[in-house]
Amino acid sequence: MISGAEIVIRCLQEEKVDCVFGYPGGSVLHIYDALFKQDEVKHILVRHEQAAVHAADAYSRSSQRVGVALVTSGPGVTNTVTGIATAYMDSIPMVVLCGQVPTQYIGQDAFQECDTVGITRPCVKHNFLVKDVKDLAITIKKAFHIAATGRPGPVVVDIPKDITAQMCEFDYPKTIQMRSYNPVVKGHLGQIKKAVQILQEAKRPIIYAGGGVILSDAAEKLTQLARKLNFPVTNTLMGLGGYPATDRQFVGMLGMHGTFEANNAMHYADVILAIGARFDDRVIGNPEHFSQEKRRVIHIDIDPSSISKRVKVDVPIVGNVADVLDELLKLLDAGCKTDPEVADWWAQIEEWRGRESLRYRQSEHIMPQFVVEKLYEVTGGDAFITSDVGQHQMFAAQYYKFDKPRRWINSGGLGTMGVGLPYGMGVLMANPGAQVACVTGEGSIQMCIQEMSTCKQYGLPIKIINLNNGMLGMVRQWQEMFYSKRYSQSYVTSLPDFVKLAEAYGHVGMRIERPEDVEPALRKAFTEHKDDLVFMDFIIDPAANVFPMVAAGKGLTEMILAEEL
Amino acid sequence: MRHIISILIENEAGALSRVAGLFSARGYNIESLTVAPTEDESLSRMTILTHGSDEVLEQITKQLNKLVDVVKVVDLSEAAHVERELMLIKVRATGKDREEMKRMADIFRGRIIDVTESTYVIELTGASSKLDSFIAALDAGLILETVRTGVCGIGRGDRILKV
Repeated sequence: MISGAEIVIRCLQEEKVDCVFGYPGGSVLHIYDALFKQDEVKHILVRHEQAAVHAADAYSRSSQRVGVALVTSGPGVTNTVTGIATAYMDSIPMVVLCGQVPTQYIGQDAFQECDTVGITRPCVKHNFLVKDVKDLAITIKKAFHIAATGRPGPVVVDIPKDITAQMCEFDYPKTIQMRSYNPVVKGHLGQIKKAVQILQEAKRPIIYAGGGVILSDAAEKLTQLARKLNFPVTNTLMGLGGYPATDRQFVGMLGMHGTFEANNAMHYADVILAIGARFDDRVIGNPEHFSQEKRRVIHIDIDPSSISKRVKVDVPIVGNVADVLDELLKLLDAGCKTDPEVADWWAQIEEWRGRESLRYRQSEHIMPQFVVEKLYEVTGGDAFITSDVGQHQMFAAQYYKFDKPRRWINSGGLGTMGVGLPYGMGVLMANPGAQVACVTGEGSIQMCIQEMSTCKQYGLPIKIINLNNGMLGMVRQWQEMFYSKRYSQSYVTSLPDFVKLAEAYGHVGMRIERPEDVEPALRKAFTEHKDDLVFMDFIIDPAANVFPMVAAGKGLTEMILAEEL
Repeated sequence: MRHIISILIENEAGALSRVAGLFSARGYNIESLTVAPTEDESLSRMTILTHGSDEVLEQITKQLNKLVDVVKVVDLSEAAHVERELMLIKVRATGKDREEMKRMADIFRGRIIDVTESTYVIELTGASSKLDSFIAALDAGLILETVRTGVCGIGRGDRILKV
């Protein structure tokens, strides 16, 4: 017989969890005590529970393993909600273990009590309240199973303190069966055959691939498929790295800040092969405008509710992307012709590409795009890039060419400012020794800046690329373009001296103000200060905007290009 | 379009709120909802009456199926089915109205299940439209209280919703 707290730790060991991110408190003291008595599961003590969940989320995004966070009841739980919702929107497998007040106090407004299951319900894949120590191990098993299978997502397990003190036999099931939860894996063969037929008839095809390709570890299969068909490929923000960005067939990211060629190719395609993507509002713009063109849509997704939600789909294929791509490749191998007319389509795409929609104006100040380009060069295109949310996020997505999956770590769906630094922590715990840069802005970085202290404690040498324009850049951009330059609350005054701040936390700080200093400073950070966290405060051109841009409510081809301004 | 959705769901704490939460979060409407355990106590059966276009209904069933506790979902109104609703209605029954109320209850095949000097409680079962008609047929001033269960339904013949 072992205690509930020891059961929790044994379960984590059985799941091969090597590290959890957390913060102790009253309701989880037994669990922390059990954690203390072993050394298989490492614990990273964050400075705010939100960061624990973000870090666990990035641990998962960068590794394909399930990230784990451990927090106490009440405020510990409410602080995790942003992080859980962030992971939920991007379908990230994660398990959040929460302490709860003892069973007999639930509902009595006890100290540090909150309705964890109720508060988290709308932003989890599933959640549990454990009411009997005998159910503890199987519940945790279910949590890991549910988090990682089907369309992945975060699962919360709420564990009252008395349960962690009670004694019970430990028996961890090897497998689990749930009559109410049986996600589809294989796609319907008849549908896949139909898809092959349509793909071979395509004259203006495009492969539109999203985060599902990365979650399903199907990047290589996607590349094989695209090469075999000679079709252009576009990635969503979440899909970057799912197809090599330096490849000729890659037309760039699509959507609100997508390239001219990607958005046009998507709009005018006669066949769209959508893979693990969900046609969201930032991707297709105005759905009525989008539906004006006649086309056939094939949609591969593990979640049936993503199919025909915003765009009518002709050939739905419900299944795991990697499995469906396997089948598709097999059928194509059996006999594949390349339609000569695809050559005309490529000529058209090259013409669009000729617009060089990512060209940006030169300035005496540092341009943010330039910083990302140099970051790409200095890191050999092989770093893990985390970002926060705003202009810097789009610049990173547009100018850092991701050739590998799981290298681009950002909050796509929820758009959570403040994730960048804790994301860097999660990436480094899952990939020790990797190069990690957090591309951020002076607005976002201050939302979780306390984590510089965690980075010091565990020696996490993140390179913080702070694109500092003294403004909430994306808000400022919209106000400039759509609110007659009324810059309501988008200036950030009284910024701290980030160099001194970094030094105060025991790190290295740099301020870079001239374009010619950008590259040397980056080189110095990644060589001389390889093992240090370096806060690089780039003072950038405050007027820089993100282009191309599809304004909200506009059609995908109604782009505003930099050259037009 | 009016739809009746039947759901088999794990009979666990919070299962109802998962379904109700889904409807409110995604802006679907619930006109009535009934829920009770089935002959297998580990399962509950829920019947939801809702309105929506075909696209909305497709999303509702897909989203319901996505809930981890949901075992099966079927749109009963897609094919032959029977539906019933139960109403208890308390009416004033004095003087000449007393006999009239008894007669109305008989016409609608209702039963009087509670009698006092001045009131009746009438039990009435049937399609929702029948219950509506009964209410419409009474003098509104005589209705003291009504309570309705909401619709429950079941497929006809071989159409069976079971694990």
